[in-house]
Formats: sequence, C-alpha cells, structure tokens
Amino acid sequence: MPMKPHRKKRLLAVLASVVGVAIVVTLVLYASEQKMNLFITPTEFQAGDAPKDRTFRIGGLVKEGSVVRSETSLRTEFIVTDKVADITVVYDKIMPDLFREGQGIVAMGKINEEGIFIASSVLAKHDEEYKAPEVLDALERAGHPVDRSEKKPKYIDQGQ
Amino acid sequence: MHAEFGNYLIVLAFFVTMALAVFPMLGTFTNNMSLVGTAKPLTIILFVSLLISFSCLAYGFLVDDFTIAYVANNSNSLLPDRYKFSAVWGAHEGSLLLWVLILSGWVLAVALLGKNLPKLSYARILSVLGMISCGFVSFMLFTSNPFERTLPFFPIDGADLNPLLQDFGLIIHPPLLYMGYVGFAVSFAFAITALIEGEWNATWARWTRPWTIAAWASLTLGIMLGSWWAYYELGWGGWWFWDPSENASFLPWLSGTALMHSLAVTDKRNSFKGWTLALSLATFSLSLLGMFLIRSGVLTSVHSFASDPERGRFILIFLAIVVGAALILFLFRSGKVKTKANFSELSKDMFLLLNNILFVSATFIVLFGTLYPLLAEALGKKLSVGAPYFNAIFPIPMVVIFALLGVGPLLNWKKHNFSKLKMPLLKIAIVSLVLSLLAVWSLGEFFWWVFIGLALSLWVTISGFYGVSLATRFKKGIYAKIKSLNRSFIGMTVAHIGAVVTLAGILLTSFYSVERDLRMAVGESQEIAGYTFSMTKSEDIQKENYQATRVSFDVYQDGSKILTMKPEKRLYLASGQIMTEADIDFTLSRDLYIALGEALDRQGNVWSVRIYVKAFIRLIWLGAIIMALGGIFSILDKRYRNLRAEKVTPSQVTKTS
Repeated sequence: MPMKPHRKKRLLAVLASVVGVAIVVTLVLYASEQKMNLFITPTEFQAGDAPKDRTFRIGGLVKEGSVVRSETSLRTEFIVTDKVADITVVYDKIMPDLFREGQGIVAMGKINEEGIFIASSVLAKHDEEYKAPEVLDALERAGHPVDRSEKKPKYIDQGQ
Repeated sequence: MHAEFGNYLIVLAFFVTMALAVFPMLGTFTNNMSLVGTAKPLTIILFVSLLISFSCLAYGFLVDDFTIAYVANNSNSLLPDRYKFSAVWGAHEGSLLLWVLILSGWVLAVALLGKNLPKLSYARILSVLGMISCGFVSFMLFTSNPFERTLPFFPIDGADLNPLLQDFGLIIHPPLLYMGYVGFAVSFAFAITALIEGEWNATWARWTRPWTIAAWASLTLGIMLGSWWAYYELGWGGWWFWDPSENASFLPWLSGTALMHSLAVTDKRNSFKGWTLALSLATFSLSLLGMFLIRSGVLTSVHSFASDPERGRFILIFLAIVVGAALILFLFRSGKVKTKANFSELSKDMFLLLNNILFVSATFIVLFGTLYPLLAEALGKKLSVGAPYFNAIFPIPMVVIFALLGVGPLLNWKKHNFSKLKMPLLKIAIVSLVLSLLAVWSLGEFFWWVFIGLALSLWVTISGFYGVSLATRFKKGIYAKIKSLNRSFIGMTVAHIGAVVTLAGILLTSFYSVERDLRMAVGESQEIAGYTFSMTKSEDIQKENYQATRVSFDVYQDGSKILTMKPEKRLYLASGQIMTEADIDFTLSRDLYIALGEALDRQGNVWSVRIYVKAFIRLIWLGAIIMALGGIFSILDKRYRNLRAEKVTPSQVTKTS
C-alpha cells in the first residue's frame, strides 16, 4: 500500500531531523575534542603529561626573581611554579596590568622543542587578594594548603 | 531612613509578588472575579514599590551614605555624580534590584496594554509573571539585599566603583541587556498560560509576537553595547571573546531569534504550535541559565559578580523549578495544541522550519561549548573551551542560514511556484559573487571566508530589495510604494540587512585588521598599515579620582599629520586599581586604536604599546543597531494593535488532536 502523502512527509521530516542532529552532535564532539584546552600544573608538566603539539593552559605563581625582560623588544621570560616544579615561559606581547613576581597567573600556549612554554596569552589576577581557581588548584595539587575563602574574583582576560 | 524605607518596599514587593502569583490564578479556577480583578492593581503596586525602592538606593549613592554596605563597597565620595548613579547597578545586589524593577516594568506594560486579552487569560498571564517575579524578589531579599547596613562601624569613605565600570557604555549596557533577558519572561508567561488553558492558536501568537520582538531588540542592543564596551574599555581591542559570560547572553538571543521566526509561522499559518511553545519556554530558561552562570560564581570572567555558593544554589533551584514546571506542563498539555503541518518543500514555512533547526543547532553548539568545562570539572578534569572551538563550528550553521535568507522571505506561505523566481535569484547570486570578488580584490589579500561572507551579505541585501520591489510592483510612485508596505515587512527586511552588515563587519575585521604589540620610546615612530605612529611625549596628569600617565602619539598618513592620539594609564586612587584607557579614532572603514601596556623605564618614556588598525569594525555594531531598528519597526505594525478580545472565541480556536 502506498504511503499517504502526509505520512511520507512526516517520515522525511523525522529522517531529516535525525540526520541533522547527528551532524551537529558529530561536529560538536569532533571540534571540542580538537579545540579544547587542557589545564596542566607545573608538576604534571614536569612528569611529561603536557600535550606535545596542542595548545593548553598552565597555571601557578610567577617565581620570585625569575622575570627577565628584553632590552629591545617586548619579549619576557619567566618561571611559573607550583612550589614543586617549574615551567619556563616566554611571552612577547603586552603583559597584563598586574603581572608581578610572586603572583598567580594562568597562561595559554604550546611547548617548543626545548621544552619552553611559548605563551599566546597570559592572565593575571586583578585583585590583591584573589587567585584564579586554576592557580589555587595547581598549588593544592602540589601539596600546599590553600585558603579558598578569598575575596571576589575580578580578572581580565588578555585576549587569545 | 531611605535605606529602611527601600528595604521595607522590597519586603512589600515580595508579598505583592506572592499575592500576584496566587490570587488571580486561584480566582480563574474558582470563578471568583474579585480575585481575578486583583491582578492589575497588584501589578501597579509592585512596579511602584520597586521603583521607589530603586530610587532610595540611588539616593543613598548620591548622598554617599556609606552606612549601606552596597554603597560603601561600590562608591566613593570622589566618584563623579553620573557614575554614582550608574554604580547603583554596578555590582550584584543593585543590578538585581534593577533586574526586578525592569521585570516589574514589563509586567506593568502587559497589564496596561493587554486589556483586550480574554479576562481569564489576562489574569493568568500576570499571575505567572508574578510567580517569576516572586522568585527574583526573594532571591534579592534573602541572598543579596542591597540595603544591608554596615552599622555601627561604617567606613568613612567607600571602596569605589570598579574603574572599568566608570564609563558611559556601562550606564546603559545592563538596563538594555536586562530588558532583553527578562522580556522573554513575557512570552514564557503567555506560553504557560496557553498550556494551562490547552489553547494556543494564531491569535495567541499574534499577542506574543510584539513582546518577543521587543525583548529580542533590547537584547540585541544590550549585547552590542557590551561588545562595544569590551572593545574600548578593556584595553585589548577585541569585540567578542566567546567568554562564558558573553555566551550567557548570546544563548537566549539565538533561541529568541528562532522563537521570533517560529511565532511568525504560528501567527500566519496556525502551525508549528508545539514547537513555538517549546521555544518560548526554552528561551526564558536560557535567560535564567545565563543568570546562573554569571551570578553564581561558577565562572571566572569580567562579569563574575561574586562567588557566594548560596546564591548559586538559589538560582539553580529556581531554574530547576521553572524548567521542571514548564517541562511537565509541556509534556502533559502540549498534545492539545498539535497541528498537522501542511506545506510543500518550497514554501516560506519550510524555510522558516530550516531557520529554526539551524538556530537551535547554533544554540546547542554554544551551549555545549559553554557548559562542557563545567561538566568536565565535575568529572575531575580541568579544561577550557575557547574561541578555537566556537570559531571552528559556529560559522557552519550561520553560512547556511544566510544562504537560505536570500530565498526564504521571497517565498509564499504553504507553496511557491519556484519557476518564476529561478531567473531573478540566479541573477542576484551572480551579481553578489562578482561584486564580492571585486570587493575582496580591492582590499588586497584574498580570503575565502571574506569572499563567501561578503557574497552572502550582498545576496541577502539585494534579495531584500528585490523582495521590496516585488511587494510594491503594483503601486506607482515611490511614495505610494513605501506607503503600501506594512511595517512588519519593512522591519523584517531592515533586520535582515542589519544581520548581514554585522556579518560583513565581523569578517572584514577578522581578516583585514593589523595588530601590533610594540616596545616604543618617546621620539620613535612605527609604520603600521599605511599609518605612521610617532610617540611625541609622556606626561603625568591628575584628575578628580585618578592620576594618570598620558602618552601622545602623532599619526601621519601619506606624510601629513592627521591627528594626535592620547592613550592613558590610570591609577584609581580609592581602589588602587590600574586601568588602561585606550584612545580610539574611528571612521566607518577603520579604527585606529592605541593602548598602553606598561612603562618599561623609570621616567615613563619607554612603553609597551598596543597599536591596532581595525578594518570596518564599526559595521559589527552598526548592523546590530539596524537589526534592533528592524525589530522596533515590526512592533509598530498595525496588526498588533486593535487586537480584540472577541477574536478568541471558542469557534475560532482550532483544536486538532
């Protein structure tokens, strides 16, 4: 028996939506797998857990006395630490307003062949009392007790 | 005194919302007309008490009443008066008061303009809005009271308003944004009432449409202002970052856009009913989700108000109740409003269906990217989903939407004989492609995305004008032609053109802007994109509530000086915060943008400097303004006025189950 026209239409509509949903879900899962950025603490970094060819984020404190600025360009080299392990970071754009030694930062970037982290963006805390949750996490995972009852976060993303 | 009075009025508002939530609704089911009649007066009391309460807080700011904790935390005696006023909504508690005030304004508008609605529906709609208001007012009262005191040990001076918020854009961004967010509560209330009554038809849709469009237009402007503010105030010259707090407002915008289009089908064709209802419920739920994301502190961003877990929990419970109730009502009652769809593949109905599928997909894409990090964190993994994810897949549905947008509005409802449209569309397509190729060629470098985007922009624009000429082909003379167009049609065409203006702006800015981070000293020059920037001097200045270093740049084009730009680095005295004040010179085709990084020597003569030449970035915001104007035009259409109650007589209610 031939299908009634409106039944056929409904079947087509259902099929089309199923295909559509499948496409969207596949795209989303594929893209998120490719494009999401893992968060790596300095300790994990030292253990070799950092992805090789992908962008990821690191967080920790800027080690006292580690900041070296270039005399001729904006290039800045510094060490991010969770007080157990260190990561050497290079950044050649404008630093966030409150970037200082001893302060918590979160950086996004990749590692190069020498194992140096080339940052594409650096976020710094914007409030004297505040540390980014990621920074607190890194410190905590490295075995430092952290007081989380801190003030409200105010912080400014410095672009990708 | 004013603080107690303001506080008292919030308590009063709380009881009024409870009464509004219960009495009229009860009256409609017990046939008690005096209870039904309480809806309107309660609405008026609610609005007036919140308005006065808001004024009390504003007064507290203007007279520097630092015995109010909220004032002490967000103002300072040195703050200029206009910012003292806008500081009222500069942080969580006060912005929540503004939020409920705007909501009560919407409720009042429904009460005053909805006189022609059937009496019982009118009472139920206001009652549902009362329930929503009750949720927000109790949230404010129990977790975030703006009138909390610092007595007896109040500070001598306030902690100051965050310098980022001491700005004109921030005076108007939140009110417009909130108007959009809570405006969707109206279509939500209409939908809930329709589900309660088991009736949802074309007349219902016609009543809902102007409210939805108004909310959508406000949200469009609110988002646009936020983008513009971020561009000039955050000092790094971007206009959209796929930051979760931006997505929070973009989600209801996307689903609200879908809703607006599906309402058109329900209005004109009396179909897509269940779908329209679902979108009404989803859009407001996404507004609430956005509120949760921003106010609960689960995100860290510019917007994070506070990380008080109690607030997050409250909103989450409220969200669960609203979504849960809506979902249950929808599952059990929506069967009554189903219709058989009856249209062919080439019809306006079909294209609007595709529009809806695509906008819902886009919503899902953004929703997934926004929530995924939260889900992953719950599973013990830390990761972030940023711009690369969104930029990779969000454009896909958008390209299809714009491609269809050149055709859909030209089609008839139900069925269209496509043979007559084939040739004109082919011509428009060829003209668009050729013009786009010429444009990209004249801009220098060739980018596929720009070529496609500009072609789509032209395609939609030309087809829009073609649609106007088709609609007016029987009229003689320009005046008669314009007069014969109805306002919804003009509004639609204008809004679509606005969308492609934004599209063109986004692509041109993304591909043709030049951005440099440099180290520069006084006396040095740099050439960027045909402009020479020469740093001439650095000076210290002192203002009311901040001190700053101001660095001057002379800008030369083709050897002659065109202007001097003076970006600043400010230190706000009360809070000790450092702020970057970019200097921007704009024309339609380019922005010159200079922001100071940090001084690299003691005297402040060497700086890290960010210099941008942004191509066509103004088009992004101009397009958004055009879209909102289109929305306003549509609302003014005559068909939304003179909606008479008798239109909803049982005989006209189409019930097919």
